[in-house]
Amino acid sequence: MPRVTFIAFAGGARTVEAPVGTTLMRAATDNRVPGIDGDCGGNCACATCHVYVDPAWWERLGVHAAGEKDMLNLVAELRGNSRLACQITLTEDLNGLVVNLPEAQH
Amino acid sequence: MLDSIEPADIHAAARARAAVLPLDDLNPADPQGFVDDTVGYVFERLRREDPVHRSHSPIPGIDTYWSVTRYKDIMQVDSSHSIYSSENGITLMDFPPDDEQKLRMFIAMDQPKHDEQRKAVNPIVAPANLNNWQNLIRERTVNVLESLPRNETFNWVDKVSIELTTYMLATLFDFPLQDRRLLTHWSDMATSNKLTNPDAPEPEVRMAELRKMLEYFTRLWNERINAPPSTDLVSMLAHGPATRNMGPAEYMGNLVLLIVGGNDTTRNSMTGGLLALHEHPQEMAKLRANPALVDSLVPEIIRWQTPLAYMRRSALVDTELGGKQIRKGDKLAMWYLSGNRDESAIPEPNRFIVDRERPRQHLSFGFGIHRCVGNRLAELQLKILWEELLVRFKKIDVVGEPTRIRSSFVRGFSHLPVRIPG
Repeated sequence: MPRVTFIAFAGGARTVEAPVGTTLMRAATDNRVPGIDGDCGGNCACATCHVYVDPAWWERLGVHAAGEKDMLNLVAELRGNSRLACQITLTEDLNGLVVNLPEAQH
Repeated sequence: MLDSIEPADIHAAARARAAVLPLDDLNPADPQGFVDDTVGYVFERLRREDPVHRSHSPIPGIDTYWSVTRYKDIMQVDSSHSIYSSENGITLMDFPPDDEQKLRMFIAMDQPKHDEQRKAVNPIVAPANLNNWQNLIRERTVNVLESLPRNETFNWVDKVSIELTTYMLATLFDFPLQDRRLLTHWSDMATSNKLTNPDAPEPEVRMAELRKMLEYFTRLWNERINAPPSTDLVSMLAHGPATRNMGPAEYMGNLVLLIVGGNDTTRNSMTGGLLALHEHPQEMAKLRANPALVDSLVPEIIRWQTPLAYMRRSALVDTELGGKQIRKGDKLAMWYLSGNRDESAIPEPNRFIVDRERPRQHLSFGFGIHRCVGNRLAELQLKILWEELLVRFKKIDVVGEPTRIRSSFVRGFSHLPVRIPG
């Protein structure tokens, strides 16, 4: 099972395991990782699972999903490495993925 | 005699009527169902028998519309903004093109203009800024609560809900505090509609009041544009590249959006939350025993109340929804109130549960690009209110029936009699 690490805004890391095929959002909410809300349940419709992807991993994630950029416009602090965790599906290739969390979801 | 009819009788009659009427005759936008709080029976039947329903209203300007009543269909419409447009407005009422009453505001715009204007106001209600405000909100909440009468019946809507939300709005705008009730007045004017509520002011009176609002805010705009950029909303609009060239109609529209959005909504959640806890004493007991449950109480209140019952969209193309053919130009009501009671999406939706498993999964803020920009502020205000209520008052008694607003859009209250023992 791929392992992924969430680094909180205030510092401190949480590493969780989730089966291949799980979204990064679900990996966080299923393990009660604070800082990922996922209000819409993974429909790319609320932008409350915003993460900053570690540059080392950016290329491996592929392009933004349809509609993802529209929703990213809603976040508090958009950066070049912003993604919505519900649009990232875990694969063995993503084992070790590291993402940073924003100050809060908005 | 009318005044001898008990609420229970009204509910029993409405339930029976919703069960036997021909489907074609069901019209959830009938404001009476909101005054009596019986529209839920109509939604129950529509979700079961005809979840995307062709509804007809006798009110001119509303006429024929689609009622979308299930959670997943609402989610689909709300997040498909290239199929379903907001440009014709967010309420079911149609106005002739160029009618002054048709307000220009970013909630009623499509991309790209919507995104540009929204981005200009986004920072003020973003998490970093809210942190700066927490103490001020708490301080003002405590002041309001400390001044409440004891051992006497008062109107919770006026003394708590309106007072707190208006205070907050005045703070957001850096609006003179002594004039803050003007904001409440303008908010009520903006949402008033003579066609759906005979007691509402005439359209000319309404527009005259809104023009006074524009005059007042134009004065504030001129002050702020000549001063260095500040963190209040008027300053942000006056200095923001996407908003500084707005015409008067658009400025008025966006003011109405922010005033109504920050006022009518949270106000009614503040009242609805107290009423819900009063009607579910075992949930109040849970909350008293564990005040940390405020974190899940707040989204549950917002789901339960659903202060905006629907948002309207207009189809940009011929399309299909829930097996129905939607024609280009058709209008739809996404009934958030119904979706928030949909048992296929929310477990035990007709129960108010303060420690719900996934309390944030509700439709009250909408989904997609028009999702409520002030959602975190609303949650913060409610959280602080409940934290302060719980530490301050051992008992808050609701001592009579609420009076509900005659509107199928703003789902709210004008009166709730409350008594706090001394």
